[in-house]
Amino acid sequence: MAFWIASSPHNHIQSETSALMRLVIYATLPGIFAQWYFFGWGNIIHIALASCTVLFAEFSVLSLRHKKISSELFDGSAILTAVLLGISIPALAPWWISVFGALFAIVIVKQLYGGLGHNPFNPAMAAYVMLLISFPVQMTLWQPPLNLMSFDLNFQNTLSTIFTGYTIDGFSTEQLRVHVDGFTMATPLDTLKTDLTLGLTTSESFKSPIFGQHFGIGWEWVNIGFLLGGIFLIIKKAIDWVTPVSFLISLFFCSLLAFFISPDSSASTMFHWFSGATMLGAFFILTDPVSGATSTKGRIIFAALAGLLVYLIRKFGGYPDAIAFAVLLCNMSAPLIDQYTRPRAYGHQSEKK
Amino acid sequence: MKINDEFKEIIWQGLWKNNPGLVQLLGLCPLLAVTSTITNALGLGLATLLVLVCSNTTVSAVRQWVPKEVRIPIFVLIIAAFVSCVQLLMNAFAHGLYQSLGIFLPLIVTNCAIIGRAEAYASKNPIKQASFDGLMMGIGFSLVLLTLGTIREVLGQGTLFDGAHLLLGDWALVLRIEVFQFDSQFLLAILPPGAFIVMGFLIAAKNAIDDKLTQQQPKTEQQNIERVRVNFDAQ
Repeated sequence: MAFWIASSPHNHIQSETSALMRLVIYATLPGIFAQWYFFGWGNIIHIALASCTVLFAEFSVLSLRHKKISSELFDGSAILTAVLLGISIPALAPWWISVFGALFAIVIVKQLYGGLGHNPFNPAMAAYVMLLISFPVQMTLWQPPLNLMSFDLNFQNTLSTIFTGYTIDGFSTEQLRVHVDGFTMATPLDTLKTDLTLGLTTSESFKSPIFGQHFGIGWEWVNIGFLLGGIFLIIKKAIDWVTPVSFLISLFFCSLLAFFISPDSSASTMFHWFSGATMLGAFFILTDPVSGATSTKGRIIFAALAGLLVYLIRKFGGYPDAIAFAVLLCNMSAPLIDQYTRPRAYGHQSEKK
Repeated sequence: MKINDEFKEIIWQGLWKNNPGLVQLLGLCPLLAVTSTITNALGLGLATLLVLVCSNTTVSAVRQWVPKEVRIPIFVLIIAAFVSCVQLLMNAFAHGLYQSLGIFLPLIVTNCAIIGRAEAYASKNPIKQASFDGLMMGIGFSLVLLTLGTIREVLGQGTLFDGAHLLLGDWALVLRIEVFQFDSQFLLAILPPGAFIVMGFLIAAKNAIDDKLTQQQPKTEQQNIERVRVNFDAQ
């Protein structure tokens, strides 16, 4: 009998795109659970809406492009886009926000550029930015955490609010956002930004009930949920640990520097880590293999740049959170970063001195 | 009828085949920036058309006396003179539109579509053809502006001819059409990024139509030359 001789590599990783995408979707579950626990059913409804839209859009475009539908439709990348978009949208936003965002993400950002693997921008984040600049009113309908709300927001009420703008009892979205104390609440980042422009110091702003005991009721747990999911992904080797670590360290140093310079007008480092979409961005958005940098050195620069941009936009920009904008700007610079961080070929001899 | 054919070719080039907006992609800055409503698009289109015709005629008339080395500054001066005229006219008779076009009206001076036509066509051709070319290129450019303006205004505000009275006088108030009612404006269509996206779709549509046209044309059979490959090593 003859041995079958194959050329190297001999050790194959039998993972497919769909398996990887499924793993990433599972890893978002702790964060989604925290969101559900603190903010109600809104985000889960939006994820479902976005997923249906995404499958429909992907199916239409793939059939227009005469592609193999079954394999590409269920490779999970579209669903992942829908999940990330659904997580980022405010829970009480109207239904057409997520539908419209999902259509934009798939048709324009992903498929018009050539489908999976060819999109220069992260589809979910591009759609989020499009929604944020197009519909600023609907995209800032952040609700306070459930235990600070003066209304009981159960599943039926959330569903009815998303589809009609009113709960079953007839309360409008604006009324729902009113806090137990009678204030309309924004996110912790937004509150801090507004207070600082009003001339308050950081410690005065932190007395607001939205911050709770640490960095914002609910928000810290949502971020911890995504952190856990991210660590799970790193253990499973689905993502490279370099990107999130570099991003978080960069954000840490920027906020630490600012905190040393003026502690009254800048939030603490841990506040920047555990509020807004920091952990989601670090572990699920920046690690997108398509729109990010490729080499290890490139990824370090890519993520550090993202951290710097997030800090600058949060501190000096017009919007309270900045993950989406920073990611898009870094996506733009990724080809340039790749150009200058090409790894040396294996076995290349360094010049002797 | 040689002259007729020549003019037909100029029409075809200006309106479709070599359209300054869709094919040459010249003058993109005003094209993308001010086409948020039909009125703005029409105002800028008319201004560009007027400047283009006048500058092409003048450049063609003085082409014998312009030294080659300094032709570009002279063209710019000629264009700038006409732009100043248009600007003053618009300031006098359509002040509202003048304000809403803002900096993009004087910026017509640097519009590459105009200087491109002066350089590529008017400085080499007689007055008649050059002015006609200016007219056709201007109309082609204005049509692209109008299409973009229409799409962006409908998507962004759900209206058509909003503010047309600024350009056309008070009777134009009746032109305003409410296509559909929005709770909130779709800001992306009004902002410049929306213009880039809509422009991309317009160019794609133009290319698709061109592809269809070439497919419909009868194919000329090409004679296939068959060679017998003689290769004794192959099995």
